[in-house]
Amino acid sequence: MKALVAVKRVVDYNVKVRVKSDHTGVDIANVKMSMNPFDEIAVEEAVRLKEKGVLTEVVVVSCGVTQCQETLRTAMAIGADRGILVETNEELQPLAVAKLLKALADKEQPGMVILGKQAIDDDCNQTGQMLAALTDWPQATFASKVELVDGHLHVTREVDGGLETLRLSLPAVVTTDLRLNEPRYVTLPNIMKAKKKQIDIFKPEDLGVDVKPRIKTLKVSEPPKRSAGIKVADVAALVDKLKNEAKVI
Amino acid sequence: MASLVIAEHDNQSLKPATLNTVTAAIACGGEVHLLVAGKNATVAAQVASHISGVAKVLHAEADVFEHGLAEHMAAQVLALSSAYSHILFAATASGKNIAPRVAAKLDVAQVSDITRVDSPDTFERPIYAGNAMATVQATDATKVITVRTTGFDAAATGSSAPVEVIQATTADAKSQFMGSEIAKNDRPELTAAKIIVSGGRALGSAEKFNEVITPLADKLGAAMGASRAAVDAGYAPNDWQVGQTGKIVAPQLYVACGISGAIQHLAGMKDSKVIVAINKDPEAPIFSVADYGLEADLFVAVPELVSAL
Repeated sequence: MKALVAVKRVVDYNVKVRVKSDHTGVDIANVKMSMNPFDEIAVEEAVRLKEKGVLTEVVVVSCGVTQCQETLRTAMAIGADRGILVETNEELQPLAVAKLLKALADKEQPGMVILGKQAIDDDCNQTGQMLAALTDWPQATFASKVELVDGHLHVTREVDGGLETLRLSLPAVVTTDLRLNEPRYVTLPNIMKAKKKQIDIFKPEDLGVDVKPRIKTLKVSEPPKRSAGIKVADVAALVDKLKNEAKVI
Repeated sequence: MASLVIAEHDNQSLKPATLNTVTAAIACGGEVHLLVAGKNATVAAQVASHISGVAKVLHAEADVFEHGLAEHMAAQVLALSSAYSHILFAATASGKNIAPRVAAKLDVAQVSDITRVDSPDTFERPIYAGNAMATVQATDATKVITVRTTGFDAAATGSSAPVEVIQATTADAKSQFMGSEIAKNDRPELTAAKIIVSGGRALGSAEKFNEVITPLADKLGAAMGASRAAVDAGYAPNDWQVGQTGKIVAPQLYVACGISGAIQHLAGMKDSKVIVAINKDPEAPIFSVADYGLEADLFVAVPELVSAL
């Protein structure tokens, strides 16, 4: 069984972005870019399923600019077998990405698609669910455990208040939460090996997908600043402030 | 123009997030209807009918709605969608799971996690862990929206709207609910709590976390939260995580104990009314957002605070 794994190139999670002075967006020129952390967990999970013999091939997909090839190389250094880049300079929104992934799922016929639950740039949390809708496949979002049992996926999900477990028929869509696994460090030999792996490149037109954005960003602004308060000397002073100044207890 | 709000409930009572979502729906203009899809959910539908600003409650009954699986819930919402300009979900684990499925089936974009309604098609939402706020315009005919509950007040209750029982629409069963482990406790729900006591990696172990944080939470009648580091280390359960990709909270009082304050954590709690930080590292970033910072060893300061309250 083959898995398709979607990876997004995003501003590294350690970078604190700045809003551009003309309010058109955030300044991402010359900032470090990395694989979306949830997608890294998705790649790791697929590679582990392959190592357990559940999967036979892990195909990693990224949609976006040419530099997304670096993200694909990272995924292949973790252990993905080959890559697909859907190359475009257009701004891609979740619905468009879900349609591109649907087109690739039709081509590749995977048994499962694994994605990160959310990208840490637009914080949308949509693409996996949208792909599941477009393919009419069952979905298990926010996964913390994935197992193949009798030809079905048993997925434990992080929900409000605790965990729940679903049984999905295949093919299915899974999105990853933080506790699913801890991605391995990529080693130099694996980075070198990844350079030789194949990347196929398509344009959205090749897949018959209109990626025109449906949501217009009118303005991007700084969030209201929260100023630092005061330091209190001891617990007694803290209790006094909470009771008499803030009046919250 | 009318809005449909998808109620989140356990078949008996409504989740508080539904009330905030109704407020967002009212701000979109037009009549607000509430969908209660459940199993033996008559009581929940009755409770929903008392929310002020709701013109009608639609009650759909089916066994498969019991656990709110996305496939079935989306099918039910889609069956009703043509009558609505706006379809709103709370941005909870449940709402986030279902809403994009509805949007994709309608071939419309979804606007996630809105914090303000500027006009019926223009919304404000945080991006980059709340380090920037985007004002966005949705160009599709139907707006599918998830609502960040901390951005909107809870709707009042006390009115009485009619409850209309509707035909249930469900999907093919490709997924099945097998079981859940939901922690039962008497504490307020994290996202609806007035006071939250949160612990970080500095606690050092699950035992210490419980020993130090629980008495303070008990004393304050607070919900308990945790940083990602504490959850990853196994000191606290997954669903206590406060932050960009965990719970977004805005209580009256947030007490951060031994939390350094990574931007991802701040993203989840910086809208709290009053923030207290207890940390022995004077350089901890949490102090930059705290109203009251106490530079102290939490193992000494927190028990002292418990006895001083």
